[in-house]
Amino acid sequence: MRRIVSVLMENEAGALSRLIGLFAQRGYNIETLTVAPTEDETLSRLTLTTLASDEQIEQITKQVNKLVEVVKLVDLSEGDHIERELMLIKVLAGGAHRAEVKRISDVFRGQIVDVTQNSYTIQLTGTTEKIDAFLKALPIDSVLEVVRSGVSGLSRGEKVLSG
Amino acid sequence: MEKLSGGDMLIRALQDEGVEYVFGYPGGAVLHIYDALFNQQKIQHILVRHEQAATHMADGYSRATGLPGVVLVTSGPGATNAITGIATAYMDSIPMVIISGQVQSHLIGTDSFQETDMIGISRPVVKHSFLVKEARDIPKTIKKAFYIATTGRPGPVVVDIPKDKTNPHDLYDYEYPAKISLRSYNPAITGHSGQIQKATKLLLSAERPMIYAGGGVILGNATEELRKLTKILGFPITNTLMSLGSFPGTDDQFLGMLGMHGTFEANNAMHHCDVLLAIGARFDDRITNTPSMFCPKAKIIHIDVDPASISKTIRADVPIVGEVGLILKEMLEIVEGQISRKSDEKPILDSWWEQIASWRSQDCLKINRGSEEEELIKPQDGVKAVFLVTDGQAYVTSDVGQHQMFAALYYPFDEPRRWINSGGLGTMGFGLPAAMGAQIAFPESTVVCITGEGSIQMNIQELSTCAQYGLPLKIINLNNRSLGMVKQWQDMQYEGRHSHSYMDSLPDFVSLAESYGHLGYKIEKRSDLEPVLKEVFSKKDRLVFVDIMVDPKEHVYPMLVSPNGSLRDMWLAKGVRT
Ligand SMILES: Cc1ncc(C[n+]2csc(CCOP(=O)(O)OP(=O)(O)O)c2C)c(N)n1
Ligand SMILES: [Mg+2]
Repeated sequence: MRRIVSVLMENEAGALSRLIGLFAQRGYNIETLTVAPTEDETLSRLTLTTLASDEQIEQITKQVNKLVEVVKLVDLSEGDHIERELMLIKVLAGGAHRAEVKRISDVFRGQIVDVTQNSYTIQLTGTTEKIDAFLKALPIDSVLEVVRSGVSGLSRGEKVLSG
Repeated sequence: MEKLSGGDMLIRALQDEGVEYVFGYPGGAVLHIYDALFNQQKIQHILVRHEQAATHMADGYSRATGLPGVVLVTSGPGATNAITGIATAYMDSIPMVIISGQVQSHLIGTDSFQETDMIGISRPVVKHSFLVKEARDIPKTIKKAFYIATTGRPGPVVVDIPKDKTNPHDLYDYEYPAKISLRSYNPAITGHSGQIQKATKLLLSAERPMIYAGGGVILGNATEELRKLTKILGFPITNTLMSLGSFPGTDDQFLGMLGMHGTFEANNAMHHCDVLLAIGARFDDRITNTPSMFCPKAKIIHIDVDPASISKTIRADVPIVGEVGLILKEMLEIVEGQISRKSDEKPILDSWWEQIASWRSQDCLKINRGSEEEELIKPQDGVKAVFLVTDGQAYVTSDVGQHQMFAALYYPFDEPRRWINSGGLGTMGFGLPAAMGAQIAFPESTVVCITGEGSIQMNIQELSTCAQYGLPLKIINLNNRSLGMVKQWQDMQYEGRHSHSYMDSLPDFVSLAESYGHLGYKIEKRSDLEPVLKEVFSKKDRLVFVDIMVDPKEHVYPMLVSPNGSLRDMWLAKGVRT
C-alpha cells in the first residue's frame, strides 16, 4: 500500500543522509521525497511516499523515529489528509498540437508558464493521481521534459505536527 | 571562566565524564589531542597495535563494567580500521564513544591526505554521530555523545573532529554541561502499567510458561529483578548467547542457552510453551529458526527498551516498551502481591516440569568419545577443564566459531558480565582485545580468552600491547587446525568439501607467545589438561598462551535444522536428528 510519511527533524547537516541511508540499509523503498526548512528554521520537514504493508510501515516508522535527529513523525495516509505534488512539464506545442495542449492544460487547471513557438511549459499542482492522469491525456510523443516535486502533505483539521 | 584549546577541552570533557581509560592510536589528525593527553594524569591511554583492537578493547571494558568504552583514532586509515569494532559494538548495543580525527576543515572534500568521510562510512553502524563544526561546541558534543551512547538502547557514537578544531593556539571558555536534553531524543523509561498488568495476569495463568531473557537484561542491569521474578514464579528460563550469566547457569530452573546451538531442553521448552516472556531480546534469526514455525502455541509478552525491536520478526501479543529493570520490578510487585496464590499455582506447573525433565534426560551435551581415543582432547574437554580450574568465576571472552559455542555451552556463568562475546556481528578477532579490556577494568580478576587458531590470528599483534601493560590474561587456544565452524557447515551441507577451511602453516604458538615475552604451553593429551591448566592459572601475574590440540573432527551439537525447521528440529549428533 502507498504511504505518505511526514517527518519533522532537526535542520542539521547529515540528518537527511541518515534517513535516506536507513531506507537503503533496511531495504525500504522511496517513491518520492521532498524536504525543506519549516517556519522554525531549526527544523526541516520531510515528506516521503513509500510502498509498504502494515507490518513494514510499522517497522519503518519505528526505525525512522529512532533516528536521533527525528523530532516527530506521522503516517499521513493513516487518516484524512491533503496531498499535493507540483509538476513542471515542457510539451511540444507547434502547429496542430498547440490548441489541444492548451485545452487539456485548462481542463486540468494547468498554468502555462513559458512559451516558445513550438513548446509550452506547464505548471500543474494536484494529487499524484491527477498529475499522472494529465500526463496520460497529453498527445503521445508530445512530452519533452518533466520534473515533479514529489508529494507534500498535511493532515486535515486542526491536528499539527510540531516540535 | 577557564580558557582552553579544543584539544584540552576534549580531554577535560572526558575527565569530567569520568572516563578512566582511552584506547587509541595516534596519527596526524589527532596530534593536538595526543599532546593534550600528554599533559594530564587522570586518563590513562592504552596504546594498541591496531585500531580494530582498540574498539574491541573499549567494548570488552564496557561489557565487563557497564561503563561506556572510549576510543581515539586518527583520520583515514585509523578511522576505517575502527569500523569493524564499531559495527561489533553496534550489533550488540554496547555503549561506546569513538573520537576520530578528521583532516582540517578547509581540506574536507578535497581528497586530501588521510581524508575519509568517517560520518558517512560509519553511518550504518552507529547509534549516532557528530562532526564538530565549531571548537567551542566540543564539551557539549561530548556530553551529548555519552548521553546518547549510554541511554535507551545503548550503542556506539562517533565524534569526528577536524584537526583545526583542536589547535592549541585557539582558546575558548570551558564549561562542561551538567545535564543535556535533546528534544528529538527521549528514550522510553517506564512501561505502560496497563500492559504490565495484562502481562502479569497472562503469566500467572500459564500452564507451560517459558522465560526467554536476552542481552538487554544485562545491558539494563536488570539481573537482580530477573532472578527474583523467575524464582518467585518458579518458571523455566533460557538465556540467549548475549545473556548468559543474567540468570545463574548452574540453577535448576535454567535450561541452558537457546537457538541455533541451544540445548535440547531449552529449544523444546520454547517450542511447546503456552506463554513466552521475552525480556530484552530481539528474536533474531539465530533464535527463531523459521519465524512462521516459532513457538506455535505461545502468547508472547515482549519487554524491550527499543520499540523497533518489538514485533519486528515475531509479533508480540503483549508489547511493553521501557527499561527492563523498572518493568520487571513492577511485575515483581504485582506477583508478590499475589504470593499467597503461589502455593496453589505451582502444582499447575508440575507436569510442565516433568516434561522438561524428560527433555533434560536426553543429556544433549554429553561428549561422544570413541573408546580408542582415550587421550584425544575434545574441545568441550578444554572448556570444562577451564571451568573446573577457574571455579566458574572467570571473565571469559571468546572469538567466533565452534570454540565460541563450546565455551557458551560448557562454561555455565552464574554472574552477568562474565561472558563476553561478539554475538550479533560474529567478529573473529574480538576475543583477545575484549579480554584485554576486561583485564584492564579488573586487574585482580582471572580473565580468559577462549579462542581458535583462526580467530586468534586476526588480532594476535595485541600480545605486544599485553606485554606493554602487563596484562596477565590466559589465552586458551582450542586448536583444531581448521576453521572449524566453516568446516562443520561444509560437512553438513556440502558433502564434506572443505573449501579453504583448514589452516596450513600455523605458527608455533608457544614460541610466538614467548617472543612477545609471555609464557606458552602446549597440551596434547587429555590427562594433561587439568594439571597443566592448574599450573597455568597459578601464574597470576603472567600472560599464558595455552595451545590445546583438540579433535579437528568434532561438531557442535545440538544444532537447529534449517531451513524450514522449528525450534524443536535439531541435529543431536552426526547423522542423528529429532
Ligand atoms: C572476521 C570474520 N571473518 C569470517 C568469519 C566467518 N567464520 C565464522 S567461524 C569461522 C571459523 C573460525 O575458526 P577458528 O577461530 O579456528 O574457530 P573454530 O571454529 O575452529 O573453533 C569463520 C571463518 C567471521 N565470523 N569473522
Ligand atoms: Mg579452529
